[in-house]
Amino acid sequence: MGRIQLEKVTKSFGEVNVIPPLDLEINDGEFVVFVGPSGCGKSTLLRLIAGLEDVTSGKIEIDGTNATELAPAQRGLAMVFQSYALYPHMSVRKNIAFPMKMAKVPQDEQKRRIDAAAKALNLTDYLDRRPGQLSGGQRQRVAIGRAIVREPQAFLFDEPLSNLDAALRVGMRLEIMELHERLATTMIYVTHDQVEAMTMADKIVVLRAGHIEQVGSPLELYHNPRNEFVAGFIGSPKMNLLKGDTARQHGAATVGVRPEHIAVSTTEGLWQGKVNVAEHLGSDTFLHVNDHGLGSEPLTVRVDGELPVKHGDTIFMTPDTSKMHRFDDEGLRL
Amino acid sequence: MVVPYPVHSEPERPLMATQHSRAAARLMISPAVLLLLGWMLIPLCMTLYFSFLRYNLLMPGMEEFTGWMNYRFFLTDPAFMDALVNTLLLVGGVLLITTVGGTLLALLLDQPFWGQGIVRIMVIAPFFVMPTVSALVWKNMFMNPVNGLFGHLFQSLGLQPYDFLSQAPLASIIFIVSWQWLPFATLILLTAFQSLDQEQLEAAEMDGAPALARFWYIMLPHLARAITVVVLIQTIFLLSIFAEILVTTGGGPGTASTNLTYLIYMQSLLQFDVGMGSAGGVVAIILANIVAIFLMRMIGKNLDA
Ligand SMILES: Nc1ncnc2c1ncn2[C@@H]1O[C@H](COP(=O)(O)OP(=O)(O)O)[C@@H](O)[C@H]1O
Ligand SMILES: [Mg+2]
Repeated sequence: MGRIQLEKVTKSFGEVNVIPPLDLEINDGEFVVFVGPSGCGKSTLLRLIAGLEDVTSGKIEIDGTNATELAPAQRGLAMVFQSYALYPHMSVRKNIAFPMKMAKVPQDEQKRRIDAAAKALNLTDYLDRRPGQLSGGQRQRVAIGRAIVREPQAFLFDEPLSNLDAALRVGMRLEIMELHERLATTMIYVTHDQVEAMTMADKIVVLRAGHIEQVGSPLELYHNPRNEFVAGFIGSPKMNLLKGDTARQHGAATVGVRPEHIAVSTTEGLWQGKVNVAEHLGSDTFLHVNDHGLGSEPLTVRVDGELPVKHGDTIFMTPDTSKMHRFDDEGLRL
Repeated sequence: MVVPYPVHSEPERPLMATQHSRAAARLMISPAVLLLLGWMLIPLCMTLYFSFLRYNLLMPGMEEFTGWMNYRFFLTDPAFMDALVNTLLLVGGVLLITTVGGTLLALLLDQPFWGQGIVRIMVIAPFFVMPTVSALVWKNMFMNPVNGLFGHLFQSLGLQPYDFLSQAPLASIIFIVSWQWLPFATLILLTAFQSLDQEQLEAAEMDGAPALARFWYIMLPHLARAITVVVLIQTIFLLSIFAEILVTTGGGPGTASTNLTYLIYMQSLLQFDVGMGSAGGVVAIILANIVAIFLMRMIGKNLDA
C-alpha cells in the first residue's frame, strides 16, 4: 500500500520560497516521475515526502494517515540517492542488511531477503566486496537492494541514473521498470531528463519553479500540453515554437509544431529553408534548418529513415496543421 | 621514531621525458638528504658511543669503556620501572581523553549554531599557549590549594582544598597535557566530520538508524583514519613530555610523576652522568619504537585507503 497525498504543501528555506502551495495525489502502485529543469524543486519535493526536510506548511498523508510530523524512518519509504550514499566501510552484504539490522529483523529472515535481492539484482558475486570496489552500475544496484529489503510502501529515487554512462542508463532504466512491474510498489522518480520521464512513468508531474505545470500520462502530456513550457519540455527533439505572422494566421500568440509533424521535401512545400546541420541516425534524420523566414530560432524537423541532404541544401517543409498546438500570449493552450 | 604516512602512488608519466629529470632531481636533493642524515646520525652515534662509556662530568678525564654497565644501572634503577609506567600512563591517559573528548567536541562544533566561528577559534586557542606557560597557569592559578581557583571553589563549598599536584601529581599532569592537546584532536576530527557525506547520514536516517546508531555505524568508521592520525602524532609528542613536569611537580613527589624523559634529564644533568643519560636515551628510543610498532599493528590498517 502506498498512497501518498500532499495538501497545500509549501517549503521555504529562510526567505526563499522553493515550493509554493502544492497539491498532489499519488496512487498505490503508480510509477510517478517528477520532471523539470535543474533547480525547480524536484529534490526538495521528494525530500519533503521522505521526511528529510520539514514542510513549512501543509499536510502529507501516507495511506490515509497524517505523516507530516513523522520521522523519515517511520514513513515506510525507501530512498535511492543520486550519489547512492552507500556506507563505504561496510561490505555490500552489510550495506543491504543495514536497514534490517536497524529494524531488528531476525537473522535468517535477513539472510533470505539479502539473497533474494542479490539474486534479483545480479549482486550475488559481489556481496563481500566494499562499495569502493564496484562499478557505478553495481553501486546503483546495491543502493536499490538496500531499498528493496525494507519492503517499503513506496520507493523514492532522486536522479538515480545521472551518474551512469548512456548505455548503462538505458539498462538500469529497464531494470527499474521491471522491478516496478514485479513489486507493484509505488515509485516516485525524480529526473531532469524528459526521455526517462516519458519512457518510465505511469504519471508525469512537470514542475517549474516549484509549481506543478501539468500532471498526466506521458502521451497526454505529449498530445495535450497544457502550456508552452510543458510543450517545450516534453518530447525530443523539442517542439518548434513559432510566433509572429505564422501564429497569427492560426489565431494564436504562439504555435508549436513537433519536429516529427513536419513533412519534408526537396522539391515543394509551405516553408522553405536551408539545412544548417543534418544528423543522420539511420533510423531517423534530424535537420536543423535556418533561413526559413519564420523567426530567429532554427527549425528542427525529423524525417523517418534516411534523407540525403547536407549543410547548405535548400529544403521545403509542410507542417501538419491538425497536430499543431496553439497558445495564447500567456502561454496557455487555446 | 618513524612516522608512517600513507604513500600515494605516483601518477603514471611518460618514461622518456622524465628519466633525465629524475636523475637530476636525485642529484639535487642529495645535499639535503645528506645533511638530514648527518643531523640525525651523528647525535645518534654519539649517544650510542657515550652510553658505553663511564662518563661523568664531575670526574673529567676519567672516561673509560664500561660495556653494558650504564644500561645495567639505568634499567635496574627502581625509578626506571616507575618512569616507564608513568610514561605509558601519561601517553595512554592523554590519548584517551583527547580522542574521546575531541570526538565529542568536534561533533558539537560541527552542528550549526550562533557564533560558530568565534567558538571554533576559542577552542583552538590552548594549542597556541606554550607548554611551560599553560602548565604554570594551571599550577598557580587553578590547582594551588591556597591561591588557586579550585582551592577557592572547594572552600566556598565548605570542603578541604585539595592539593592536586602533590596528592594526584600524575593525574594532574595528564589533565594539563590533555587540555593542551584537546584542540589539536578536535581540529583534526572536526575536518573529518566535515568531510562526511551528508547523504550517507540521511540514508542511514531513512534506514531507521537513530542518532546513536548513526554515530556508531556511520560517523565513527568515517573518523577512523583521522583518529589514527591523531593518535600517532600525539604519541610522538607525548612520549617526550618534559616542560609540564619540570615546572609543576619536578617529577615528584618521589618518582610519582617522573616519566622517561624526565628521568634521563635527572640522571644526566642533575647527576652529571652523561654515560647513564645516554644509555637512558637509547632505552627511550627503543621504547618509542616498540610503542610505534605496537600502534601500527593495532591501528595502522586504518591508514590504508
Ligand atoms: N538546504 C537548502 N537551503 C537553501 N536553499 C536550498 C536548499 N536546498 C535546495 N535549495 C534551493 O531550492 C531550489 C530547488 O532545489 P532542488 O530541489 O535541489 O532542485 P532540483 O532537484 O529540481 O534540481 C534551488 O533553488 C536550491 O537552491
Ligand atoms: Mg536535485
